[in-house]
This record gives sequence, structure tokens and C-alpha cells, in this order.
Amino acid sequence: MSYGGRLTTFLVMLAAVIGLAVYVVATYFLPQSGVTDFTSAQPAGASVNLTVQTFGQIGPNYGAQQTWVSYMVQAPNGQWQHNTVWKVPAHTTIHMTVHQYDSGGPLRNQQWGRVQGTVGNIEVLNGKAIHVYDSNSGNGVGHTFAIPTLGINVPLVGVDSNATNICSSAPCNSSSVSNTITFTFITPGPGEYPWQCFVPCGLGYLFGNGGPMSNANYMGGFLDVVQ
Amino acid sequence: MTDAATPTDAAEPAASGPAHSAGSEPRHFVRIFAIWLVLALVADLLFWFLVGPHVPPGVMTSTAEENQFDFNILMVIALPVLIGVWVYLGYSIVTWRASKGGADPVGGEQARTHLGVQTGWIAITSVIVLFLAGYGTYSLVETHGAGGGQGPNPVWTPTAAHILPVQVIGQQWAFTYRYPTFGGFESKDLVVPVDTTIAFHVTSLDVIHSFWAYQLSIKADANPQIDNVAYTTTNHTGSFTVRCSELCGLWHGAMYNYGRVVSKQGFENWATTTEKATAANTKLLPPFAWTYVPDANGADGGYYNDTVVPYSPSEVYGAKQPAS
Repeated sequence: MSYGGRLTTFLVMLAAVIGLAVYVVATYFLPQSGVTDFTSAQPAGASVNLTVQTFGQIGPNYGAQQTWVSYMVQAPNGQWQHNTVWKVPAHTTIHMTVHQYDSGGPLRNQQWGRVQGTVGNIEVLNGKAIHVYDSNSGNGVGHTFAIPTLGINVPLVGVDSNATNICSSAPCNSSSVSNTITFTFITPGPGEYPWQCFVPCGLGYLFGNGGPMSNANYMGGFLDVVQ
Repeated sequence: MTDAATPTDAAEPAASGPAHSAGSEPRHFVRIFAIWLVLALVADLLFWFLVGPHVPPGVMTSTAEENQFDFNILMVIALPVLIGVWVYLGYSIVTWRASKGGADPVGGEQARTHLGVQTGWIAITSVIVLFLAGYGTYSLVETHGAGGGQGPNPVWTPTAAHILPVQVIGQQWAFTYRYPTFGGFESKDLVVPVDTTIAFHVTSLDVIHSFWAYQLSIKADANPQIDNVAYTTTNHTGSFTVRCSELCGLWHGAMYNYGRVVSKQGFENWATTTEKATAANTKLLPPFAWTYVPDANGADGGYYNDTVVPYSPSEVYGAKQPAS
């Protein structure tokens, strides 16, 4: 092979290797969704207020999947962000508020109607503390917020599906019917702890666990606990 | 395969190798066998006494102990085979290598075949394979399924008088556990007593999962509407890891938790305390059943319409129960 041929071959192979390396890093090592950082908003050691909302469909403002359910998080500056990776400090008390805008129904497994892993194993639903929510009653459960590796599970009670002001486009606000759920938990040591919804809320998908349940940045994410 | 290392070669003239003259050809087979015997014996003894006790999955349960023993048996049989190949190869390289400026190494007719070696190799490996097949089958029976799921009608069942049933329920993406002999409460924690035979009844509420309690040496697929039974007997207290070993979706990698084998009294305390603590939720669960039918509407993407409530013979896990 001529010198030019060898040089061309070398450059092509080098480009392929670099391209592969970039692909691997971008795909597997960089965060796939944005990260909302709560570590710098409060003084060290202070508790963190983490506010999120869930809704029945995300609407036209956040990509092509307009009918998918999702979570959004309120950044420390008050802005609502479509991120499901939340960076919080280790060994810190997290006061979490969930504004639940979606309707609900019976849980596939009522086990997820138990509040577990929070301080006192309770959640406060519209001002009332509960340990267990009967998903076969009332409006049922729309979603859950669960961090299985930390033993945390919080049922998010649904709103009245017959209400005329159900939120249809995120971010939702107080003009739509909602339930407010608050609870407190304490972060463990540093690590990435996946959180998810245990309600098969992916409408139109097998067992309800496809679509938004099987794509990052909708009904699951990570609690990125850092020192 | 060359026959340079066979007993026949020992009687061959100088053409069998450049390093030896006629009449002084050593008995290669005896040499190789002697080297192999010493090395294999040493390796097996070292493995059995130094490594064997630490081979996963340990000895926490009867199935784990038997599996560890079986792995060690496999290794003790495999090591001599491996060492035999390596010794033969090494001896060949050292003994029959081409020396610089010397004659070519042995080749031609006598390098093509040797009936004794071929027959011996086939016979020995066949015996080993057949023995292992028989031994593996015996182990399945002797250890009541060796910790694997046997389906809803197990062939090999334990003889213990008292067996603790624990239902394992897979769902995307967590395992939960029901204890039918303690009021049917459901827990995210898996706790079992020591010195007790456990029957794990493994099922699923959605897709196929696989319940793998690593240190218990229990591995059983979790299929919807199937009661897959696996047995073991706990021998030691300690903690163990539970993982899903069937790729089941986005959070499959996070579908794990930890269980505990505790004293009998500790288990009684835990079970009765948990039964009481979860009573409010237990009465909302569907009646205990060996399998459950996931909500049909959920399956086809609808959203829990209460009019679709299949009932007997299987229970509906999660939809409202019909009045009974």
C-alpha cells in the first residue's frame, strides 16, 4: 500500500475510534437529562425543600411526547424544569412537596398505598396525615413517588377525573385541580438512588409500563446524593 | 493430534526427535503422566481446601451448600483436564521444539494418528461427561430442585414437617413478599428463619422477572399467573442479596434488595410485629392467592376500569374485589 493509502487508512481508523469514544462517553457517562441542583441553594447542613409536580400529560412545551405523564421539578430559583435527576446533599433532611394534578384509580398492588420510608412513615395529603391510602376508594392513586433502594414509597392520590379544570399542559399551576402531598425523608450517604412511579401509568403500552414508564426523564430518575 | 508423546514413540528411532539418539529415547508418556499426576493432585488439593470453602454462593442454605459442593466437584474434575492439556503442550514445546540449525521436528506418518491416544481421549472425556450428567441429575433430585423454580407442581419436594411458604411477587421494578401463614401481609422486606425449610412461591404482576436470592442459591422465574415453587433450607443466619435476573425494563438494574436469615425467635418477632403494623394495608390487599391476574385494563393500556374484574379461580391483584 502506498504511503498515502496507509495514511488515509490510519486517519479513517483514528476518526472511527475517536467517534466511538465520544459516543460511549456521551451515551453512558454524561447525564441524559438535565440535573436540578439543590446543593448550593441552602447553607451546608440546612434542610432542602424539594418541590415537584405530576400531571396526566406534559403538553406541547416539552418535546414530541405530548400525551405522556411526567414529573417536573421546581429549581431553587423557582423555575419549573423537566428534569428527573435531582442533586441533593447527603445526610440531609429533605422536605418534599408534590403537587399532584393527575387523576387516579386502584393500584395494581395496594402495597404501594402504604407510606413507607418517610419520617414517621407518613405523608400529609392536603393537610391530613395518612399512613395508608385505600386506592379502591375516592379518586384512587394517580402515581407514587418511590425510591426502592431507600425503602421510600409515597402514594400520590389522584384528583377527581370529572373535574373541569384538570391540567392538560405542563407546568401546571393553581388554576388546575390538584392534591398537595408533603413528606420528609433524610438522604443517606453519597450515591445515585433511582426513583420511580409504581403506578403503571403508561397509557397504551403493555401492562401500562411502557412509554413514559420506560423512558428516562418522565416517571423515573435519580436522586443524586453528593457529599 | 501428534503421537510424539505416546508410549509408541519411546520405541521409535532417532527420527522421532532431534535431541535424542536411537536407543536413548525417554519414555515420554510416563514422564508426562508423572508430571501431570503431581501437578493435578497439588492443584486439586489446594483448590479443595483453600478455595473451595469460599466458592459462591456460600453455605447459608442447603441449596447453597450443595451448589458450592457441586461447583467444587466440577472444578476438581476440570483442573486435571486443564493441567493435562497444559502439561502435554508444555512438554511438547520443551522436548520436541526445533533446535537452531538442527533437523526438523518429527512429522510425517507417525504424527498423524495414534489409536491409543485417540481412543483414550474419547473414552476418558466421555466418562467424565456422562458422570457429570448423572451427578448433575442426582444433585437436582437430592437437593429438591437445587434451588431452581420447579413450576406449580414440583417434582422434587422436601420432606420437612413444617415448611414456611413465602410468596415472591415481581413487578416493575421491585419484589414484594407475602406471608400467607401470617395473615397474608405483604412486605418489601424478605426475612426468613434459620434452620427452616422455605417454599418460595414466585409469581409476577406484569412481565417476566426472575427471583435470584444469591446467597440462598435460589433462582426462579417470576411469570404472571404462574406459581413457580423453589425450596431451600436455611442453615446459617446472615444477609443475602436479591436481584432480578431477567431483563425486565428500564429499572431492571435497580430491581434488587436485601434479605435476612434470622433466628427463629427473631423471625417470629418480626413477622408478628409486621403483621400487626401492616394490618391496615393487609385488609385492602386482595385475598391471598398463589397467582394473581394483573388488571386487564392496565395490560391493554387502559386505566383500571372497575368493570373488568376477573375473579375465580385466580384473584385480581389490584382491582376492586367483587362482593363475596
